[in-house]
Amino acid sequence: MINQYETVFIATPVLSEAQMKEAVEKFRKVITDNNGEVVHEEDWGLKKLAYPIQKKSTGFYHLIEFKSESAFIEKLETQFRRDERVMRFLTFKMDKHSVAYSEKKRRMKKEQNQKEA
Amino acid sequence: MAQNNSEIRYLTPLAVEVKKKKYCRFLKNRIKYVDYKDAQFLKRFLNEQGKILPRRLTGTSLKYHRKVAQAVKRARHLALLPYVTDLMK
Repeated sequence: MINQYETVFIATPVLSEAQMKEAVEKFRKVITDNNGEVVHEEDWGLKKLAYPIQKKSTGFYHLIEFKSESAFIEKLETQFRRDERVMRFLTFKMDKHSVAYSEKKRRMKKEQNQKEA
Repeated sequence: MAQNNSEIRYLTPLAVEVKKKKYCRFLKNRIKYVDYKDAQFLKRFLNEQGKILPRRLTGTSLKYHRKVAQAVKRARHLALLPYVTDLMK
């Protein structure tokens, strides 16, 4: 069963820009190696947390939208748990409304960029 | 005496409450999905302490109130919204 998922994870702020890229690259590879297809990616950058996690008040947020087998999610989450760089993660199964919502959001952003350019 | 009854006068005009009808903003604007990543929007459904406001105050329909509640809880997990706080707004 192929579903569309969305995963947001928070990496520790102690990482450097390059290390963060490497971490993202690793999870992207985990997805593509398991017959997943990355649909969209968003880097929210360093954000302030609403409450401290592991005694840290900021974190790097990264969002990946992808299509994959439902059985793969368990593997991905184990990878998240094993990785010390990841402080928090959330995987969300998208239904047709959320897919439509994110597509609309992306389209609007694109149009806005075109207007500015 | 009976005449006076029909001419009751008040010093201040009686406050007749005009209730503004509450409505569900999701049904009205045809929003089908509540985004947990949009913390700014979800804050409308929270009180100062970061608690979820009841349906009787927000006017949201049951179907979407459940979705709002779920989205708020997801946002809390991702530290986009606080679990507890004082004077959030």
